[in-house]
Amino acid sequence: MRRLLIAIPYIWLLLLFLVPFGIVLKISLSDYALSIPPYTPQLDLSTGWQGFAEFWSQLDMENYWFLTDDDLYWKAYLSSLQIAALSTFFTLLVGFPIAYGMANAPEHWRPTLMLLIILPFWTSFLIRVYAWIGILSNEGFLNQFLLAIGLISAPIKILNTDIAVYIGITYTYLPFMVLPIYATLEKLDGSLLEAAEDLGCTRLQAFWAVTVPLSKPGVIAGCFLVFIPALGEFVIPSLLGGSDTLMIGKVLWEEFFSNRDWPVASAVAIILLLILVIPIILFQRNEQKQREAGN
Amino acid sequence: MSSATVEFSPWTDPDTTPLISFEGVTKRFGNFTAIDNINLNIYPREFFALLGPSGCGKTTLMRMLGGFEEATEGTITIDGQDMAGIPANKRAVNMMFQSYALFPHLTVADNIAFGLHRSPMPKSEIQGRVDEMLRLVQLQKFAKRKPHQISGGQRQRVALARALAKAPKLLLLDEPLGALDKKLRQETQFELMDIQETTGTTFVIVTHDQEEAMTVASRIAVMDNGLLKQVDTPDRIYETPNSVYVADFIGDVNIVTGTATTVDGDATQLTWAEGVAPIKGMTGAQVTQGEPASFVIRPEKVSINKSEPEASNKVQGQVLDIAYLGNMSTYHVELPNGQIIKSQTANNRRIARRDITWEDTVWLSWTETAGIVLRD
Ligand SMILES: Nc1ncnc2c1ncn2[C@@H]1O[C@H](COP(=O)(O)OP(=O)(O)OP(=O)(O)O)[C@@H](O)[C@H]1O
Ligand SMILES: [Mg+2]
Repeated sequence: MRRLLIAIPYIWLLLLFLVPFGIVLKISLSDYALSIPPYTPQLDLSTGWQGFAEFWSQLDMENYWFLTDDDLYWKAYLSSLQIAALSTFFTLLVGFPIAYGMANAPEHWRPTLMLLIILPFWTSFLIRVYAWIGILSNEGFLNQFLLAIGLISAPIKILNTDIAVYIGITYTYLPFMVLPIYATLEKLDGSLLEAAEDLGCTRLQAFWAVTVPLSKPGVIAGCFLVFIPALGEFVIPSLLGGSDTLMIGKVLWEEFFSNRDWPVASAVAIILLLILVIPIILFQRNEQKQREAGN
Repeated sequence: MSSATVEFSPWTDPDTTPLISFEGVTKRFGNFTAIDNINLNIYPREFFALLGPSGCGKTTLMRMLGGFEEATEGTITIDGQDMAGIPANKRAVNMMFQSYALFPHLTVADNIAFGLHRSPMPKSEIQGRVDEMLRLVQLQKFAKRKPHQISGGQRQRVALARALAKAPKLLLLDEPLGALDKKLRQETQFELMDIQETTGTTFVIVTHDQEEAMTVASRIAVMDNGLLKQVDTPDRIYETPNSVYVADFIGDVNIVTGTATTVDGDATQLTWAEGVAPIKGMTGAQVTQGEPASFVIRPEKVSINKSEPEASNKVQGQVLDIAYLGNMSTYHVELPNGQIIKSQTANNRRIARRDITWEDTVWLSWTETAGIVLRD
C-alpha cells in the first residue's frame, strides 16, 4: 500500500514528463522530412532488431550544430535570459513592499488582501494580457491619462516594445513573488525587531539587519518562481512585444508552426530545458535549506 | 559573599534620587487593565525583583521600561528624564526577552556583537568584549553555532550575554534563568550579582522562582492583577508580609482564620476556635479589633514535640502526613477542629531514628513573635 502511494508521483512523472521528454529528444535528433509527422527516421517495430539498429544509426546531433551556426538562436536565448532576469528584478521591486504591507496589516485584513492578490487568476491569463494592449497602446488609457494631465504632449510608444514585455511579465507573475515573501514575513517573530531596536537599531536599521535577511528564503523562492516560467514565456512577448523583441519562446513557436521544422524546434526546446535545469536545482536547494532551518 | 559593611538601602533615604520612577502608571490593552495605577521608585545599583503569578503584568511593566509599550496614564522617568515618546533604541536600557528573541540568521557570537556594532565601541574592541561575554556564560565552544543548533538553556545564556554586552545603565531581565538546571542557575545568579557589583548596573528581574528572588534581590515587588501588593526587602517580605496574599505567595505558610479579639500595640490575639486559647501573634498592617483576620506562620517556626512544651502558643494534634525533603521534613498535623498545621524541622538525625511518626499525638508550639495577624 505504502509502495503504491510512493509510486503514484513516479508514475505520474514517467508518463507526463519522462516519456514526452524522450519523444522530444528523439525528434530533436531526427531530420526534417516532408511527411506526416514531418521528420525521419520513424521507429517501425515490425522490422525487428535490424530495423532498430538502422533507426538508431540515423539519429544525429545535426540540429544542435545548426543552432550554433545561426546566431539568431543564441541571441534569443541571451535576450530571454536578460528579459526574464530584469522582469524578475522588477517583480521583486514591486512584490516585496506589497508582501511587507500585507504581513504588517492588521490580522483580520490579511485574508482579504491575500484574496485580492490571487483574484486576477480568476480571469483568463490571455484576457488580462489583452487588457494591457488597451492600456499601453498609443490611444490607450495610459497615454490618454498622461496627455490629460499634461505630462506629455504626444503619445509615447510603449506597446510593442520591450518595456511592454517587462510590464506584462511583472504584472502577470507578481503573485508568485508576493506569496512566498509574504509567507516568510508573516512568520517573522516581532520580538526580533524589538530586540534589534533594544540593541540600538532604528526602525530602518532593524529592517535591514533583521527583516531583509530573514525574508531571504522567500525572496529566493519568489525569484525562481518568476524567472523560470518567464524565461520560456511566449504569449506576453508575442502580444505586447515588438517585432524586434527576441525571446526563445517566440522562436520556438515559429520553428514549430511557421517553419514546421519539428526537429530544430525540439532541439531549441531541449536546450531551453537544460538552461532551466540549473535554476531549478538551485531552487530545490533553497527549499531544502529552508526546510532544514525550520526544524 | 558580599560584605554588608555599609547597609545598602537607598529607598529609606529621602535624599536619594531614584533611577526609575513610576508615577500613577496605568496600562490598558483595550479595556483590560494590565497595570493598575502603580507608584514605584527603583534606585541606582538596585537588584529589583518582580514576583507574581502568570499574567499579573510583570512583562508589561518591563516592556514599558524598555520602550515597547506606552503607559496609558501616568509618567515613567528614567534618570530624571520623562520616557514618554522615547523609542527603545534611544534608551540606555537593555532587555533580555522572555522568548530570548535571538536572531536566527546570526551565529551566537554575532548575536552578542549585534548591539556593540551599533554602539560607539571601536571595532577593534568588539571581538574582545564578545569573547568576554562568551566566557561569562560558558559558551566559548558554541560561538560559531546558530541559535537553532544549541539547547534551550544555552539559548537563554546567549540572550543574557547579548543583553549584558553593552553594559547598560539599566538591565531588564525577563525570567533570565528559567531554563537552566539548578547548579548552573545558582552559578549564574552569583555571576549576575557579581556583574551588578562590579558594573553598578541596575537590574530589574522577573522571576517565578522565589528562592532566586530571595537570593539576588535587594528588594522584591509582589504583584497581583496589575497591582503592587508589597514592595520590600526579601527578609521583610518573608517575615512581615502585609497581606495574606503576599504571605501565601512567598514560601510555605500556615493560615488560621478567626477574629482579632484584642489588639494591643504589637501584640494581637486571634480567636479561631471554640474552647481553645486564642493565638498570640504580632500585629500586622491594618488589623482592627473585632474584625475578621488571619494568623500566618511559616512552618519552620512551628516546633513539634511529643510532650507538652513550655510555650505561649501551643496546640495538640495528630500527625497526618510526613513529607521527607532530604534535609528537612514537613509534618502535617491535624488539630481537633480539622485545621491542618505544617511544621518543618531539620533532619539532623537519620530517618530510622526519627521519634515522631504517623498518627502520633503531638504538640505544636511557637513564640508570640513567630507569626503575624493580618487583615483578611
Ligand atoms: N499586547 C497585548 N494585548 C492584550 N493583552 C495583553 C497584551 N500584552 C499583555 N496582555 C495581557 O496583560 C496581562 C499581563 O501580561 P504580562 O505579559 O505582563 O504577564 P506576566 O506577568 O509577564 O506573565 P508571565 O509570568 O506568564 O510571563 C495578561 O493578562 C496578558 O494577557
Ligand atoms: Mg512575562
